[in-house]
Amino acid sequence: MASSSTPKYNSNSLESSSSKRTLKDGTNWEQNEEIPRLPGETRVTDKDVIYMCPFNGPVKGRVYITNYRLYLRSVENDPVVVLNVPLGVISRIEKMGGASSRGENSYGLDITCKDMRNLRFALKQEGHSRRDIFEVLTKYAFPQSHNLLFFAFLNEEKFSENGWMVYNPMSEYRRQGLPNERWRVTFINEHYGLCDTYPSLLVVPYNATDDDLKKVAAFRSRNRIPVLSWIHPETQAVIMRCSQPLVGMSGKRNKDDERYLDIIREANGQISKLTIYDARPNVNAVANKATGGGYEGEDAYPNAELFFLDIHNIHVMRESLKKLKDIVYPNVEESHWLSSLESTHWLEHIKLVLTGAIQVADKVSSGRSSVLVHCSDGWDRTAQLTSLAMLMLDSYYRTIEGFEVLVQKEWISFGHKFASRIGHGDKNHADADRSPIFLQFIDCVWQMSKQFPTAFEFNEQFLITILDHLYSCRFGTFLYNSESLREKEKVTEKTLSLWSLINSEKSKYTNPFYTKELNRALYPVASMRHLELWVNYYIRWNPRIRQQQPNPVEQRYMELLALRDDYMRRLEELQITNNSKISNSSTSSASPSQMMSQVQTHF
Amino acid sequence: EIHIREPTEKEVNPHLLPGELLLCEASMVYKYIQEDGSNRGTYGKLVCTNFKIAFLDDSASDDNEPQFKNKIVGENDITLQCVDQIYGVYDEKKKLLTGQLRKYPEKLIIYCKDLRVFQFCLRYTKEEEVKRIVSGIVHHSQTPKLLKRLFLFSYASAAPNNIDGRNQTVMFDTLEDWRDELERTKGNVKYKAVTTNEGYKVSEKLPLYFVVPICISEESILKYDHSFLQIWCWSCHNGAALLKMSAFPKEQDDSTSQTQKAFLDGICKTISKPPYELLKMDDLSSSLPSLQDIQTAYTRFKQLFLIDNCTDFWATDVKWFSLLESTNWLEIIRRVLKKAIEVAECLERQHTNVLLIEESATDLCCVISSLVQVMMDSYSRTKSGFQSLIQKEWVIGGHGFLDRCNHLHKSEKEEAPVFLLLLNCVWQLVQQYPPAFEFTETYLTVLSDSLYVPIFSTFFFNSQHQKDTNTSGESLKTQSGPFRFLTVWDWSVQFDPKAQAFLNNPLYAEKPRPDKSQRKSMRFKHQRQLSLPLTQTKSSTKRGFFREETDHLIKNILGKRIGKLINSSDEPPNSFREFYDSWHSKPVDYHGLLLPRINGPDIKVWAQRYLRWIPEAQLHGGGTIATAAKILDLMEQVQSLQVKMDEEHSQAI
Repeated sequence: MASSSTPKYNSNSLESSSSKRTLKDGTNWEQNEEIPRLPGETRVTDKDVIYMCPFNGPVKGRVYITNYRLYLRSVENDPVVVLNVPLGVISRIEKMGGASSRGENSYGLDITCKDMRNLRFALKQEGHSRRDIFEVLTKYAFPQSHNLLFFAFLNEEKFSENGWMVYNPMSEYRRQGLPNERWRVTFINEHYGLCDTYPSLLVVPYNATDDDLKKVAAFRSRNRIPVLSWIHPETQAVIMRCSQPLVGMSGKRNKDDERYLDIIREANGQISKLTIYDARPNVNAVANKATGGGYEGEDAYPNAELFFLDIHNIHVMRESLKKLKDIVYPNVEESHWLSSLESTHWLEHIKLVLTGAIQVADKVSSGRSSVLVHCSDGWDRTAQLTSLAMLMLDSYYRTIEGFEVLVQKEWISFGHKFASRIGHGDKNHADADRSPIFLQFIDCVWQMSKQFPTAFEFNEQFLITILDHLYSCRFGTFLYNSESLREKEKVTEKTLSLWSLINSEKSKYTNPFYTKELNRALYPVASMRHLELWVNYYIRWNPRIRQQQPNPVEQRYMELLALRDDYMRRLEELQITNNSKISNSSTSSASPSQMMSQVQTHF
Repeated sequence: EIHIREPTEKEVNPHLLPGELLLCEASMVYKYIQEDGSNRGTYGKLVCTNFKIAFLDDSASDDNEPQFKNKIVGENDITLQCVDQIYGVYDEKKKLLTGQLRKYPEKLIIYCKDLRVFQFCLRYTKEEEVKRIVSGIVHHSQTPKLLKRLFLFSYASAAPNNIDGRNQTVMFDTLEDWRDELERTKGNVKYKAVTTNEGYKVSEKLPLYFVVPICISEESILKYDHSFLQIWCWSCHNGAALLKMSAFPKEQDDSTSQTQKAFLDGICKTISKPPYELLKMDDLSSSLPSLQDIQTAYTRFKQLFLIDNCTDFWATDVKWFSLLESTNWLEIIRRVLKKAIEVAECLERQHTNVLLIEESATDLCCVISSLVQVMMDSYSRTKSGFQSLIQKEWVIGGHGFLDRCNHLHKSEKEEAPVFLLLLNCVWQLVQQYPPAFEFTETYLTVLSDSLYVPIFSTFFFNSQHQKDTNTSGESLKTQSGPFRFLTVWDWSVQFDPKAQAFLNNPLYAEKPRPDKSQRKSMRFKHQRQLSLPLTQTKSSTKRGFFREETDHLIKNILGKRIGKLINSSDEPPNSFREFYDSWHSKPVDYHGLLLPRINGPDIKVWAQRYLRWIPEAQLHGGGTIATAAKILDLMEQVQSLQVKMDEEHSQAI
């Protein structure tokens, strides 16, 4: 057993305020600290267990379960081993071994988490000791299956910033210069009458009436009509999103839809064809005809050019992530790491998503052509493509607040089915609707930030925090499948926004290397040569793999920034002193060279 | 379809260095720009000199001077030693060009050792000129050469160099340098520098001066086969030393082997007893991949980066990881790093001397001993310390640069990228622990490029003896007398100060200097902080990766192959794992021991070196250089503030 014992920095923990020093495998090694509790969090039960740490062996401890988290403290280890896991990350709870199982520590619970790890606890075999803990965990980890509220509705935390104020669709469209003479805002969906998975406020061509929209809705899967996501400030070319047309086996046509697409094409005075990106592989698009869907055929849409982007469906992505977990948890595949990684296809999917987004962005920017993006329903791959293309084209989305707006807009308001994809509070771990689509998006963003280390205002920790709270159910941000449902559940009134947490402590999530650049299109290189596995996320629980946290280069750069600011301040002081001719040199205590040696920086 | 830019009448002349002669040239050569696989490009003149092949762009303007520029080798210059392979294209078919040509190609593709790819279209060039330039280029860059015909000598005689290029780099060509090194590492208690080899009396393979255990007398060095000599590389703060020895000759007649045995036995016994530490041996030829394996792996690996067009680039992209794995290059890097950790563990934790054994002791011995020092001695992580290390272990240590790089095209069998392997391993450490190094990855990249620039003597001799005998100038009819060669460590030869800034790491966590005037004393000081808290004072000899006890080993060493006796570390023993894990569980001390992480995801491709010339892989406005530029900017700000403050201070007084 490794004698790892000294606490090490870790900014990757799920918890922020309560546990400052978390060890690499998500275990904290602290002494004499109270069990952390959020306002509104209540204790449910506790029990002596053995935590079967996959890296450091069995750890005797006491587990505390609240309505929000599972917290474990070791009793014998020095320093103390701590595990701090929000119940929201739990995907599945299994009993291992039976009352008669032999072997040490063979009886207990195996908990599969959504964040790339498993937790195993061994319990005493006598007296059905795991029954109550199993029941309590099941109940609070899966509140939706037990008619309980998400913790987000009980959370009484207070933040200085209100994250719900971050996104206002009207001001976001205004920022883009909308409405204008060619694009208008419509309230047709105010009560979600047109489309129950779309936001209430939509931007559509000025020349299309609300009546037209209703007719188009009939021909688009789940009434998800083409609406504007983004407009290029110079070319006026737009990114439109929608779902597949309901062509079906018989090859149905719809004059209104055809006309509507033409109106879109003409809206920026474009003569060339409208570009349609169908995110799916060609064969899948064809297969969708069998269930009433399909794609825009050449005959029906002579003024459109259709491209398939070959991005696979949610099931393929789910299986790919499963394979990835197999090679990184608990142990990293040793001998053939690269070919194992390749065989998961995870990075290949990332590459395809990025390639698709680059095509969309390039068409709008260099090609000066409006594009229409859809997949089947237009809430998974479509959201990935539009949001990534927007991130490439609009530097605003590369700021902390801008990115929050982007997520809020393209994902949350346009009905990415977070509840189904993540399975918040739901016990059906094998539900076929679950899929890591949003994780894949964040991974793409990480790849971009890795390739362009100065282009993003946010750092890696920001992305990890978003992913952690995608599962935690501590905030209302990602709960439910659509805006209409969120409105019904009064999410903004009854829960807190994740952006409240982040924006109240912005410096923690800020990239020191960020250089503000306006209107610079940013095209990542979607080549395997530059794509990397996001080790700090996917393999963060493994103490042998994790990289140094915090990033030493970042940290030293920040020291240097502080030094510069200090110099500037002191120089100003000196100048004032000199100017007023009071040559009292004793005001400054340290000489510059002394200052330099303090930060130990070489020149 | 070809988009042709009108050739201009402007006369362009190559920029020639002192001693550089224009050998042949051809005009109306069309150089393709590989941006998009289209046939876009520019017209110009292709020339070949005794130093380089150069393309002179007719329409070139001086406006687009890059920020980072080499003064000796321009963007369109290829030194003759940098040429890897030349292909001719005949009717769309590629054919390797090596010697005499019967037919002349319409297109020339030059693959460079620094991974650039040049494509020249000769269709618009006069036939006569095509013949001359193609055969000239092939002859001067691909056929065997005499050492004295290297540009190095023309340059040295034409440009007498009076610059003292030593900077702070210790050259290890004097006895004092070795004594200082012994003193610096506190190795002088048990080891001594000897002058026995003055005039190369003992061996032409050994340097003029070297260090051996004190117990070895100078007479015995003369008396016995020098390959048995245990040569000192470095001493650890705890007194344990890293030593090297050439492998034993396989066939020996009995009488010699008996005396040899007795001699060796005596030395080994002496130096494994107090005051010496226990001695453990590691036969690198059995515990590491062979030079042939390394050469094969690198040849496959580099092929992945020598890309003709963007179709090839994207075609190989999907299978990239498995292609990479199949070259085995990264795995070799991993194994070498692992071996270095094992040796560090013996020295640091087990307090044992480690004797590296390899035939000639000038290849993998150099890699491992250099890596161990980079990991254990923070002085080797400074720029001058690293350069001194390369001098000590490689240049003076007798690595056969000339043969391993095949600079003279004498024999491909001898070729192996051993020094590149070291740089690749050091790069892994640099990218894992940037603040621990005074130099940057850019430094390593330009150092690797300098392997092929024959104006520096550093990488153009096989040994100190070879250099010395060729420096005197006796055999040459010129009266210029002894040559004074440049050393690569004088970076001002290749780069102006602005470009040199990219070689230094502004975020280097330099140790605070107590007093700047006492440089020498500071050098010793860093030793103290090297130590890692020890878990046990003295581990049993049964543990560790060298299981055999020394005595036992000595008994068997002659006559049998030692490789079998020394464990080849297929399974990492527990002590290694424990050492590795325990170190990684603690915060990093940038001035202390530094162990690389060697799990699969930790070993990466040195993107700057290998991807920099591929247009498809360019990150415009991004990449690590974006951060580096930011840091340099901030550094400049801080420095100018400092100057202003000093001014204000002086005003105030």
